[in-house]
Amino acid sequence: MATTFISSPHSARVNQVDQVMLQVCLALVPGTLVLVWFFGWGVLINMVLATVFAVLAEALALKLRGRAALPAIKDYSAVVTALLFALTIPPTLPWWMTLLGILFAILIVKQLYGGIGYNPFNPAMAGYVFLLISYPVATTSWLPPDVSVLLEARDLTTLSLFDTERLIFTGALPEGLTWDAISAATPLDEMRTLLDQGQRIDEIRAGSPLWGLFGGRGWEWVGVGFLLGGLYLLWQRVISWHIPVAVLGGLLSASTAFWLLDPQLYPFPGFHLFSGGIILGAFFIATDPVSACTTRRGQLIYGAAIGVTVFVIRTWGGYPDAVAFAVLLMNIAVPMIDHYSQPRVFGQRRRARKKA
Amino acid sequence: MSGLRSLLGGGQRKLWRFHGGVHLPDEKTLSNQTPVADAPQPRQLVLPLQQHIGAPARCRVAVGDQVLKGQLIAEPQGYISAPIHASSSGTVVAIESRPIPHPSGLDSVCVVIETDGEDRWGELPPPLAASAAEIDACDVAEVSERIRASGIVGMGGASFPSSVKLNPGQDQPIDTLVINGAECEPYITCDDLLMRERAADILDGVRIMLHLIQAKQALIGIEDNKPEAADALRRALEATELGGRIEGVAIPTLYPSGGEKQLIRILTGREVPSHGIPAQIGVVCQNVGTAAAVADAVLRGQPLIERLVTVTGRGVVEPRNYRVPIGTPAAALIAASGGYSGDLAKLIAGGPMMGFRLETDAVPITKATNCLLALTPAESPDPGAPLPCIRCGRCAEVCPANLLPQQLYWHARAKELDKVQDYNLFDCIDCGCCAHVCPSHIPLVQYYRFAKTESWAREQEKRAADHARERHAAREARLERQERERKAKLRKKKEAVAAGSAAPKAGQADKQAVIEAARRRAAEKKAMVAETQQHDRETAMAGQE
Repeated sequence: MATTFISSPHSARVNQVDQVMLQVCLALVPGTLVLVWFFGWGVLINMVLATVFAVLAEALALKLRGRAALPAIKDYSAVVTALLFALTIPPTLPWWMTLLGILFAILIVKQLYGGIGYNPFNPAMAGYVFLLISYPVATTSWLPPDVSVLLEARDLTTLSLFDTERLIFTGALPEGLTWDAISAATPLDEMRTLLDQGQRIDEIRAGSPLWGLFGGRGWEWVGVGFLLGGLYLLWQRVISWHIPVAVLGGLLSASTAFWLLDPQLYPFPGFHLFSGGIILGAFFIATDPVSACTTRRGQLIYGAAIGVTVFVIRTWGGYPDAVAFAVLLMNIAVPMIDHYSQPRVFGQRRRARKKA
Repeated sequence: MSGLRSLLGGGQRKLWRFHGGVHLPDEKTLSNQTPVADAPQPRQLVLPLQQHIGAPARCRVAVGDQVLKGQLIAEPQGYISAPIHASSSGTVVAIESRPIPHPSGLDSVCVVIETDGEDRWGELPPPLAASAAEIDACDVAEVSERIRASGIVGMGGASFPSSVKLNPGQDQPIDTLVINGAECEPYITCDDLLMRERAADILDGVRIMLHLIQAKQALIGIEDNKPEAADALRRALEATELGGRIEGVAIPTLYPSGGEKQLIRILTGREVPSHGIPAQIGVVCQNVGTAAAVADAVLRGQPLIERLVTVTGRGVVEPRNYRVPIGTPAAALIAASGGYSGDLAKLIAGGPMMGFRLETDAVPITKATNCLLALTPAESPDPGAPLPCIRCGRCAEVCPANLLPQQLYWHARAKELDKVQDYNLFDCIDCGCCAHVCPSHIPLVQYYRFAKTESWAREQEKRAADHARERHAAREARLERQERERKAKLRKKKEAVAAGSAAPKAGQADKQAVIEAARRRAAEKKAMVAETQQHDRETAMAGQE
């Protein structure tokens, strides 16, 4: 299409896609810093690796599709996908798994469907789920929060930047360290496993360094960090409140209902909110405009359904956390929700309802 | 409608909101700091025969004719049409196609008048009333006819014949006249200046229109970025005894609050039905410029031959407003404003949000031209190649019609014309808010205009096809009936022959019956022929006895 067009409006445009994406990157900063603080250099290394892989994959795909690569790379959407992906994987994941996940996300989920704007599924989550299903052990082996402090307390060498790099690229641990010593389940994983073994929540919470005030130790602060970033996005009007509020609301109402039923069997709602990836998911992942609902009412339905699905999978499903699955499942429902949730048009009496 | 008036907020009128809208830099001070100037008398006037919505006017002058200022040069054709008057005295030198300000960029037939510089008035019809206060004594039909004969059309840009709008019919009682002084488009200030300088005339026009539609109140909506205009109207209103019936209302500055449907919503809380007109909800909406023109026509006998035009934008040296004879070339106004400042991106007729680009400034000012906007590249930067839609929904957030522009775009792009109509394409008012905020810089309005035009074309084709199909079906039915009748006739004949051969031994009476049957057959045959001919749209006279 010609770059000049004659149709109105003739005013200067006030928004730009790359600005939107950069603001998302900026909003990730506080949560990322907290993650690095508690889980070490691996988080940053993963982010850099994923970004490099994603940009290269995007350029390759566009070249194969015969499109100009530069404009698409300059919209920073591949970078956002890479960062979100990197924030969901364990900090010591081998580099080639990161590469596989990113290739799946960018090449298959995004570019095979036509690139930015055309992908029905969230690429970062699809990439993560691809890894989770293919390599279930590696993708759920997290470090314990505050790994360096913990190791020092046990009189072990800390996991330095160099050590982490070596671990990611060669899989070799520093001398004197074993996987058992440094890896730990995530709080959600731990809670789920012990509940399945018939323990009560009071027993579970007693005597483990994994628990914080009410969520997972460290994870609570990660949640706060991403919450800050999410509030920044709301303030900057990069996202609207509908999806995050609906996601958190859906999860909170479902978890509260069951917690009231039996607080020893079902964890405190705050635990659900501040363990795992739900806050990152609510503000940064479910709000991906391309794969989310586009009507306001639809966004409420979409978000609430994600929240409830997360609770259902966490409580009765086969995986400890469920943000990625919930988002992907609801991505499928988006066209239908959009169709039935159109707003009432000015001058029309009822909401537009049409036969499918 | 007492519920409309809120007693809270210091007696302030309750206002309503419409969905969406955008705040824009208003750029009004570029052109509203100096009073209105008279445009220089042009050497040539170019008067298009189509300056209004409806049928073009029919030319009543010939090349070589002398015309006087205010003289009728083209008369309306049909109900929705408007006459054209000479805006100065001179000689008709050509009646030919010329470039006109129209989004299509196509030429149209114009009457070209070489002015004689004397600006002599022709004979004008007498005023219908000495002042607006006496208008109630005038016959409504007479006033309406005067407005029609004066060629008054909507001055806000739509240029719909005003007499038609002011005659909603008996079955649609009107209670509120909404006067549009919102002027929500950036840059344009001609209504602002008109309200400042001719507030009393506007009120006269409002009073006349109230008499015409028998409404009990008039609300003049003015965006609150025009305090001088609102003050001027308030002072003029205080000088009359109309305070209880006419009210000036300051409304928040938010584009597009000057859209007819939006302004009615803001002031009355009522929504013009989708695909409907304001009269259906008891409202008629007119522009302040139209009100002043009505006063000129009814109280002074002057037809619509001049209007205020804003010449603005940083692309001209001295932006300001002019009182312009209709038909003045745009180039003459640009020249009066000191010419282009050198850095011109585009010249636009109308505002930056809804105006259209002019390929040349050799077009005349028409009744609908409220603004000539010369934008520099800094004011109207090239938005660059559009990126794919990311469905962020900002367009839906600002859409004043509460549509889903992202879905409309998706289907318009795929040329799915049924789908775009499912998404209420025809409720789109082309305001441009969606394209203004789109982070992918997609020319959304262009897609919607394309889809609308395609839909209209398809609708027309469909109608033509339906008509052809109906005609074909009717013809088939006729041929089939004729065939049936022919067979029935044949059968009767056979029966009659059989009856005749079966009665040879019968006497005189039987013979008589046979003759009778033959006669009847002959009569039937004649009637049949007559009927057939009738169906063939030929005269049936030959078949009668």
